[in-house]
Amino acid sequence: MLEKGLMDKGSVEGQVVDDLMRETLKTREMWINMGPQHPSTHGVLRLILALEGERIVDTEVVIGYLHRGMEKLAEARTYPQFLPYTDRLDYISSHAMNFGYVLAVEKLMGIEVPERAQYIRVMMAELTRISSHLLWLATHALDIGAMTVFLYCFREREMILDLFEMACGARLTTTYFRIGGVAHDLPDGFIEQAREFCRVFPRKAKDYDDLILKNRIWLSRTVNVARISGEEGLNLGLSGPNIRGSGVYWDIRKDEPYSNYDKLDWEIAVEHGCDVYARYLVRLKEMRESCKIVSQCLDILEKLEGPVMAKVPKVIKPPEGEVYASVEAPKGELGFYVVSDGSPKPYRLKIRAPSFANLISIPTMVRGHMVADVIAAIGSIDVVLGEVDR
Amino acid sequence: MAEEKEKKVTRKEEKEEAEATARGAGEKAAPKKEAAEKKAAPKKEEAPQEPQIDVDSLPLVARVKGAKGGLIEDVKYFRGEITFVVKREGILEVCEFLKGDPECQFDFLTEVIGVHYPKREEKPLEVVYHLYSTTKKHRVRLKVLLAEDEEVESVFPVWRSATWYEREAYDMVGIRFANHPDLKRILLPDDWKGHPLRKDYPLQGPPGYREAWIKAHCANTNKL
Repeated sequence: MLEKGLMDKGSVEGQVVDDLMRETLKTREMWINMGPQHPSTHGVLRLILALEGERIVDTEVVIGYLHRGMEKLAEARTYPQFLPYTDRLDYISSHAMNFGYVLAVEKLMGIEVPERAQYIRVMMAELTRISSHLLWLATHALDIGAMTVFLYCFREREMILDLFEMACGARLTTTYFRIGGVAHDLPDGFIEQAREFCRVFPRKAKDYDDLILKNRIWLSRTVNVARISGEEGLNLGLSGPNIRGSGVYWDIRKDEPYSNYDKLDWEIAVEHGCDVYARYLVRLKEMRESCKIVSQCLDILEKLEGPVMAKVPKVIKPPEGEVYASVEAPKGELGFYVVSDGSPKPYRLKIRAPSFANLISIPTMVRGHMVADVIAAIGSIDVVLGEVDR
Repeated sequence: MAEEKEKKVTRKEEKEEAEATARGAGEKAAPKKEAAEKKAAPKKEEAPQEPQIDVDSLPLVARVKGAKGGLIEDVKYFRGEITFVVKREGILEVCEFLKGDPECQFDFLTEVIGVHYPKREEKPLEVVYHLYSTTKKHRVRLKVLLAEDEEVESVFPVWRSATWYEREAYDMVGIRFANHPDLKRILLPDDWKGHPLRKDYPLQGPPGYREAWIKAHCANTNKL
């Protein structure tokens, strides 16, 4: 296209070339698929990225690859029968999923849970939080390139899974909670082993800090990446540690204390950085707070005797009505909306999954960033696709 | 209850079903069951004992009714949860008020749910909104009742998270939201027919779907 004569004619040569280039060479966005089979999407999450060079202009999140129709299945199961399904929502923090469901049914039925069962539940939920955050830290660091952290985290997670195995025989899909209490009391030796964990964990947590807290590569990959303000986050449905990383003081355990959280001494973990690094700090702080809660529960459980199951009718037939109960799951607000028509099966059950809602803000977070930052962003909001797709 | 059941129920369900009917009818119940019934009876009495509260005296109800009384059809109170039934055309206005009002400050939309009640003659569809305020720390539930051919205004201008929640309600129950920026399926494939969480949708999928799938994917299986 460039003609020699034209080049010579122009008074400012470069200007002419520039104009010509603009006319002849067109730039346009490139659309690329990330996932559904991509190791850093933690499951089957598909992102369609619109790129300008390596900058992200727009993102579309495509989900549903793991949809199992849990809510439809719930309508064909009795209330206790649906309990094991909740384990399969967020399969790395199944106690927390059980917790949300049983609280909703108990609220509907008006069941009072015995004190000892309350403390066991709180302790299990907090151990789950630690194990979930450990798995998150391990994989998130691995995604970003800090390989060493991975096995350190799994070492401590193993201790928690051993505790779960002791208490209920299973390591992941535990189904330990029951409507009205827990399946059975803690086995002998559990408290000692849990104490050992609480003794060791703070020191081990320091190891993670030593590895990456001030690591220069870690900082440059996380600080000021995928920023989202608190107000915008709330508008987009962000909850849990993610919104606390944006300076919002909101923890369901403190604000609407369920079970025995109001009787225990702990603090909300909040950071004001609004970025990936802040979310990382929040989770590390939360693990330490959870460890504090667990040791307090152990102190109480050592002395507190009593039943671990309330008197619950054999066939659970809640009265007609509807309730919404929510818990602070490791990923955010987990809610169960149960509509009962007086029969032994739920008429409608809706699961408010934290990861589903957290994904809404991904396009806002990554706009203007590089492709590599998408991986940091997805990692930082900690999605589990079992829960997103239900 | 049991008579209505058409499809096969598992043995356990059958047992529970039978137990439930026996309890309900009170005929020929074994002594052991009768004991269980006696034990359960006070619980049952206890369960519906809601503290008799004058709903209008609750500050939140008074506030909302005072400002937007014309758009509220009904107020319910159950297990400590407040439910407003809102007129269909007023949902956006009520939501804007609830978010902006200094005494309400509902800055967080928890979820939007579609529920199908085929037994209701006039308005079989229900849209449920759960709101939460991170500053005032209170919750409220809004409801809009819809006829089969009606659509409801999207609350997307108030909370942007509504885009996904409403897509899910559309996908699962088939509720249509007016002025939604991109109303399409979210969990199911784009070409899916029907809305699975409707009560008339069979649990095993649309008729013939399962057989066709097995035929296509399990060619070597002789017996099914």
